[in-house]
Amino acid sequence: MITTTHIWQALEEVKDPELPHVSVVEMGIVRDVQLEADRVHVKMTPTFSGCPALDVMRHDIAAKVRELGFTQVTVETVLHPPWTSDWIADSARDKLQQLGIAPPIRHGGNLIPIAFLDVATCPRCGSSNTILKNAFGPTLCKSLWYCHECQDGFEQFKAL
Amino acid sequence: MNAHHQSALAQKLLFLADDELILAHRNSEWTGHGPILEEDIAFTNIALDEMGHAATWHRLRQELTGEEVDTAVFFRDPAAYRNVQLVELPNSDWAFSMLRQYLFDVYELVHLAQLAASSYRPLAEAAAKIRIEEIYHLRHTAAWVTRLGLGTAESNQRMQAALDTHWPYAHQLFVEMPEDAVLAEMGTAVSPTSLLDEWQQITTAHLTQANLIIPTNHTPPTTDRADHTDHLTSLLAEMQSVARQYPTAVW
Ligand SMILES: [Zn+2]
Repeated sequence: MITTTHIWQALEEVKDPELPHVSVVEMGIVRDVQLEADRVHVKMTPTFSGCPALDVMRHDIAAKVRELGFTQVTVETVLHPPWTSDWIADSARDKLQQLGIAPPIRHGGNLIPIAFLDVATCPRCGSSNTILKNAFGPTLCKSLWYCHECQDGFEQFKAL
Repeated sequence: MNAHHQSALAQKLLFLADDELILAHRNSEWTGHGPILEEDIAFTNIALDEMGHAATWHRLRQELTGEEVDTAVFFRDPAAYRNVQLVELPNSDWAFSMLRQYLFDVYELVHLAQLAASSYRPLAEAAAKIRIEEIYHLRHTAAWVTRLGLGTAESNQRMQAALDTHWPYAHQLFVEMPEDAVLAEMGTAVSPTSLLDEWQQITTAHLTQANLIIPTNHTPPTTDRADHTDHLTSLLAEMQSVARQYPTAVW
């Protein structure tokens, strides 16, 4: 007998296409899983609403649930409450760090001061002697930084 | 919601979607042509964000009208588009595009704050979501307005020329369409007219600090979102060409 717990576990295997090894569950993208008889309804929410990976994730989530044997699977996109980078789990923050991406600063709902603070810790050497080079980066969710200690660039996942 | 109210709401969603989509398309024309690599990346990101916002508005409209998003975007003729003329003007220099995006960003933040209080829940939720993302746009464009306005004589002159062009066009964003009046009465969305004062206060303070002179002409060339310049026709011809040539293509 498959329960919602099994479905959540299976969804841990669905990765964010723009962040290898980080799952859609750890990212806080999957909001709810409902199982009624043989029907599964998954609610997901976009990180940045223009993220081109959203359709891929929606598709991958549905495919993963079908792999468990369900034929009636719906994936609904919800916008409320709006996704926040505070939902990124500690496990995902560690993985981001290992990928050379500084995890977003937790803002507790008070985004504006954080978004304007321009502080990042280098994911390689841990130095805060860093400077924002571009508030926009290779994907919508990242900004570009330079570490004065390593004398090399790095990315930060933007707080949202 | 009665049919009259619903059709006004669907039309309002089209105003929102078309402004974002056409501006996104214009900004995307800078991809690969930005003055410096960082700005090429930044403007491309902003374009992609606005494209995502247009898609969000279109999806809400689809729930009301049943029209597929791709059909609405790729198979609607220029006469059926409802964007303001501000966003369809072809790019010229960097100052022109940066200043236009700045004026639009301030309008969006002021507008979205109000729409987030809409009695129509899907609209309120989408506005709240989009508003958070817009913080990064305004931060970026406001900084560039300052930098270019206070930069060299030439950068100031180019910004002033851009402002002189855009200022009257931008005022079309605050013209009340008949649908706006219906929605304002129902409490679904504020009339854009009510946003003008706040927008003028914010932009005037910032532009003046950047050593730019606020133009005296506040009269937009048109007050009807159904009126377009020929520039929209050529923009759509390019944007829609692939979808129309291969209508069964899937991507
Ligand atoms: Zn470092």
